[in-house]
Amino acid sequence: MTTSHVTPSSLSSVASARTVSQPGTALLGNGLETRGVHAWFGKKHVLSDVTLDFAAGTVTALIGPSGCGKSTFLRTLNRMHEFIPTAAMAGEVLLDGKDIYAPGIDVTKIRLRVGMVFQKPNPFPSMTIGQNVLSGLKLAQIKNSNTDDLLESCLTRAGLWNEVKDRLGEHGGALSGGQQQRLCIARSLAVEPQVLLMDEPCSALDPGSTFRIEETIADLAKTMTIVIVTHNMQQAARVSDYTAFFLSDGGPGEMIEAAPTSSIFSSPQNKRTEDYVTGRFG
Amino acid sequence: MNKVIPAPQKPWQPTFIDKLEDVAILVGSLGVAGAIVKFTGFNGKLGYFFAFFFTLLVANFVFHFIKRGMQAAKDSILQVLTAMAIFVTLIPIVSIVATVVSKGYKGIHWGLLTKDMALASVNDPIASGGLLHALVGTIIMVGGALIISFPIGVLTALYLTEINGKLARPIKFLVQAMSGVPSIVAGLFILSSLIYPVTKALSGLMGSLALTILMIPTIARTSEEMLRLIPNELREAGVALGGTQWRTVAGVVLPAAKSGLVTAIILGVARIIGETAPLLLVSGGGDSLNTNPTSGAMGSLPYYIWKAFLTGGTPEAFARAWGGMLVLLSFIFILFGLARYLSGRKVG
Repeated sequence: MTTSHVTPSSLSSVASARTVSQPGTALLGNGLETRGVHAWFGKKHVLSDVTLDFAAGTVTALIGPSGCGKSTFLRTLNRMHEFIPTAAMAGEVLLDGKDIYAPGIDVTKIRLRVGMVFQKPNPFPSMTIGQNVLSGLKLAQIKNSNTDDLLESCLTRAGLWNEVKDRLGEHGGALSGGQQQRLCIARSLAVEPQVLLMDEPCSALDPGSTFRIEETIADLAKTMTIVIVTHNMQQAARVSDYTAFFLSDGGPGEMIEAAPTSSIFSSPQNKRTEDYVTGRFG
Repeated sequence: MNKVIPAPQKPWQPTFIDKLEDVAILVGSLGVAGAIVKFTGFNGKLGYFFAFFFTLLVANFVFHFIKRGMQAAKDSILQVLTAMAIFVTLIPIVSIVATVVSKGYKGIHWGLLTKDMALASVNDPIASGGLLHALVGTIIMVGGALIISFPIGVLTALYLTEINGKLARPIKFLVQAMSGVPSIVAGLFILSSLIYPVTKALSGLMGSLALTILMIPTIARTSEEMLRLIPNELREAGVALGGTQWRTVAGVVLPAAKSGLVTAIILGVARIIGETAPLLLVSGGGDSLNTNPTSGAMGSLPYYIWKAFLTGGTPEAFARAWGGMLVLLSFIFILFGLARYLSGRKVG
């Protein structure tokens, strides 16, 4: 049980200070939509009937207590869900209007367009900082003649360039946890995804690193669609345009409410959302 | 501001008196053991050892019981038992190394690495002849076995860890069972399946194949353990960047496990380098240098030792055998040292 002293009004004032970015850049595409997504692990039904739209160029936060299915939902959005052997799913996930689970779809192409940053920073230990950033090109066999520029632009967008520009040949493990996480963000940017999924990217980091990553997210939202899972409601209020609240009452997790972030924190429609965002449980 | 910084101390360490008491118990036990051997039916080194062991056990127990009570006394018993276990474990290792070095150094001379035994019999003076043919034969056969076993072993390990299909369990069981196959059986298998029906002749290649059978399980099992140490997050990161499973394994998982795979190679080589029985059957011996693995008998270090011992019987022959052992043992120690060094290094 966390004891939070956050009031809905204080969170909503943080949230309304953010300006919603305007879609329209070429990279953005038409966003991501889910239609009646369910998920199972073995026989256990962990997520039930989630229908949610992520408009292009917006940041959406998924909040809710542990075990409510929000990370599982996130992993259905780039087909990482199926990486777990017992996993199963139902429903549709539409990227630019096309179902990414349709037969004949190349899953590696989907993951190129929908990138992912994990909870624990996971730079590749056998590669240098520079090789880590460009590893996606090698893994997906993408030709790029101007890797120097790409390296600099990815690290700059991830807010890491000034800290590592003189040590690109060092191993990624030599960086601090916060720097490693920004390196992982830079790595996922190199393959130019139109959607970036972030699974509690700051939960292993100190407040200073968290702040840097939140700045990075605000910056990235200008050119891509971002979905972020977070346990930190202040963070959700600070970085997101929309918030979806997930909850499991012992059964499969469900999406209780989704709305613009400022209204989720100031005037939640559902009693359970209000209880959660005011810290009465969770 | 004069802040006094105290000298760093370690108050938890035993005092001088404590150490003195321990030494006194040890020396006292040695004395008592001597008396027991002298005045009772115990005799010989083994008798002395057991008398010493029990005296030390009892003396420690009584002393710590009087000083600090029952719990400390029980603790001291376990301490004596573990110390003795280490001692007993070390005796054969130290004894073997000491014997090989003390007897083997007489057989070492520069000609060892430049001459073979084509023109010398095992009874000739030490300085004539050498073990070049045996060393080269061992390197060729072990190298050949490695070239065949490494890809098969690593691919097996990849099947077990990365693909983990329906056959993973039975294959894992088979690999474990295979590592218990007696080496002579590996030799007989090659003899009956390839030499009698097909080649009808001994050769170094047949030796490599017999050693391969022994080497694959070691490499597969060690590689599997090393691959399991690679965190799953790295595989997920690789796949999430748009890599196929094969690209992720080749680009992320295997490089991260690099030092572990080197360890697997070295443990595999160390497993087979001393094998004698299968080589006697399938590659024969030979006293002259043979660098062609596909035809003719090929010597090896274990065969060289075996032959010198069995057909010699003179001081020169024995010196040759011990010298060969020293070379073989040094080779194995260097490999294990290398394995420890490489596996102890940080990843990357």
